[in-house]
Amino acid sequence: MKIKWSFWKVVFVFLMAAGLYATAVRFTQGLGHSTNLSDQFPWGLWVGFDVLCGVMLAAGGFTLTAAVHILNIRRLQPIVRPAILTAFLGYLLVCLALMYDLGRPYRIWHPLVMRNPHSVMFEVAYCVMLYTTVLALEFSPIVLERFHLDRALKVIRAVLIPLVICGVILSTLHQSSLGSLYLIVPEKLHPFWYSPLLPVFFFISAIAVGLAMTIFESSLSSKYFGRQLELPILAELGRVLLVVLLVYGVLRFEDLLHRGVLKMLFQPSYEMYVFWIELGLSLALPLFLLSQRSVRTSPGGLYLAAVSVVLGFIANRLNVSITGLETSSHTRYIPKWTEIAVTGAIMAAGFMLFSLAVKYLRIFPTAEGVEVEEEPSGAIGTEAVPATQFLEDVRD
Amino acid sequence: MSKGLLYDATMCIGCKACEQACADKNKLPYTEAIAAEEEQSDHKFTVVVTRGEKFMRHLCMNCADPACASVCPVGALRKTAAGPVIYEEDRCMGCRYCMAACPFGVPKYEWNKLLPRIRKCTMCADRVAAGQPTACAEACPTGATKFGEHDDLLLEARQRVWNNPRGKYVDHILGRFEVGGTSVLLMSSVPFEQFGYRTDLPGDPLPTLTYRVLSRIPDIVPLGGVLLGGVWWITHRREEVAATEGQQAQSKPQPPEGKIR
Repeated sequence: MKIKWSFWKVVFVFLMAAGLYATAVRFTQGLGHSTNLSDQFPWGLWVGFDVLCGVMLAAGGFTLTAAVHILNIRRLQPIVRPAILTAFLGYLLVCLALMYDLGRPYRIWHPLVMRNPHSVMFEVAYCVMLYTTVLALEFSPIVLERFHLDRALKVIRAVLIPLVICGVILSTLHQSSLGSLYLIVPEKLHPFWYSPLLPVFFFISAIAVGLAMTIFESSLSSKYFGRQLELPILAELGRVLLVVLLVYGVLRFEDLLHRGVLKMLFQPSYEMYVFWIELGLSLALPLFLLSQRSVRTSPGGLYLAAVSVVLGFIANRLNVSITGLETSSHTRYIPKWTEIAVTGAIMAAGFMLFSLAVKYLRIFPTAEGVEVEEEPSGAIGTEAVPATQFLEDVRD
Repeated sequence: MSKGLLYDATMCIGCKACEQACADKNKLPYTEAIAAEEEQSDHKFTVVVTRGEKFMRHLCMNCADPACASVCPVGALRKTAAGPVIYEEDRCMGCRYCMAACPFGVPKYEWNKLLPRIRKCTMCADRVAAGQPTACAEACPTGATKFGEHDDLLLEARQRVWNNPRGKYVDHILGRFEVGGTSVLLMSSVPFEQFGYRTDLPGDPLPTLTYRVLSRIPDIVPLGGVLLGGVWWITHRREEVAATEGQQAQSKPQPPEGKIR
């Protein structure tokens, strides 16, 4: 097997190697040595990014299954599979990240039998567990059809609608509950982010990010796999995204107004700067871009708006879970290299698994549309397709 | 009824006998270096902070409606009827939500252990259950830390404020109203802020903030199910009708393509 080295392959190998080393440090020396967490700052990057952002980035799954199967918007059918794939991988990786963050990961099953219904964390644990199961079932037809297991396919298709409904309810509950986690710290979280509406904000922004991620993935896939979605579909997603962002923006503004926090937007502080970054990326820039017809109808413009939304809401989750809590804890938290290495490796694994799935399973629609017998390959340029090259090497 | 502790900083001489007794009771090391530490930690559940001639204890407040117990997904932390908030380490999976949620920053973690536990003062739950005072109250030579019925202690604290000249105590019994009240009550002649206490905590128990939202879930599930199912029925019913009409007319060959996958 000869390996053709390319830039992305080198990056991937480097991230995995660093991640493996950090994993060894984490599980042989404990959380104290492998993180910059402390008694003053017990939650860091692994909760703020890997869990909060991970679940948020996977929101396309429930958004699009609801749009296509419940609201019956057939035009969006071609993007359901990439969205389900992203969601399924996302949740698996969130569970993986939890194994790093929990002090005693082998007890991750405890909430199953030791229930405390007053705990938001308990509810999130149950929802994430059940929803990951739902996603596995929603994803299963893609694998089953690959191996022509028609009987099993029939069973899954028969229960698809109840499954989708369960998925939407479970997602609604835990996407919002990740915001509810922080309702119990009114005295700690900075007033820019502490609001009784936290669960509502988390839920609406999850929908926005779900749509943005779908646009983002489609653009990337067209570049690296030669597969893409029709522009009219993406443009439609862009329109919906604009409306969702507007609703979110108005609600966020009203909340700041009624809590009397608006004037703090112009009083220089550490929080003010990071809040402006968040607002700029999550609202100002994408609202400006998407309100232009020329942007909504160009792949490049949609891509830019989607990336801005994703980055903006990543900033939002990190502000709620990290920066907004720093001042009250009298500490500044910067993740240790081991924390970053683990997060980097988990993300790299996510990209890797996504490209493997796209390669070997029918994720994106093909020209013929329906039944495709052999592996979709071909249709890919010869140069500058690192992920695909890697896969070909693996197959050699 | 529920037990409690009353700590009166004006009677404290800073001897740290309570620290020593706490360490002995909880089998924790206690050296001169540890005695000098002024932060609660995984090896020091109570501290006496010294500021010149003034002293102040820090320990778990053992809230009446504790945030830590409410957020724990596995019920490892629990408020007992006798007063103490106890920790069952066999349940804990190490999510550290209790640390994030505690308004007093009390639960500490064994960061340097491979299988860490949460550590905190549990108001000597076993001693209290056996009818004894807490180790710290028993060891206190001046009675600055007093163990007793919570209600009696609160009454006594108010009487001390009342019976003494204005200015001996700050007009605040910490733990009387904070987050719905705590089993531990603190009195001081200097503002509590100077010893790192927050006096701006809400008067309502923190768990009500999350439970208000959580308690709606059993209602949301059936409502959401019926709503989504209903929307599905309506949006797909149109198609069935269109399909039937299409067949009857036999003009247009096909309803919209693309069966549900």
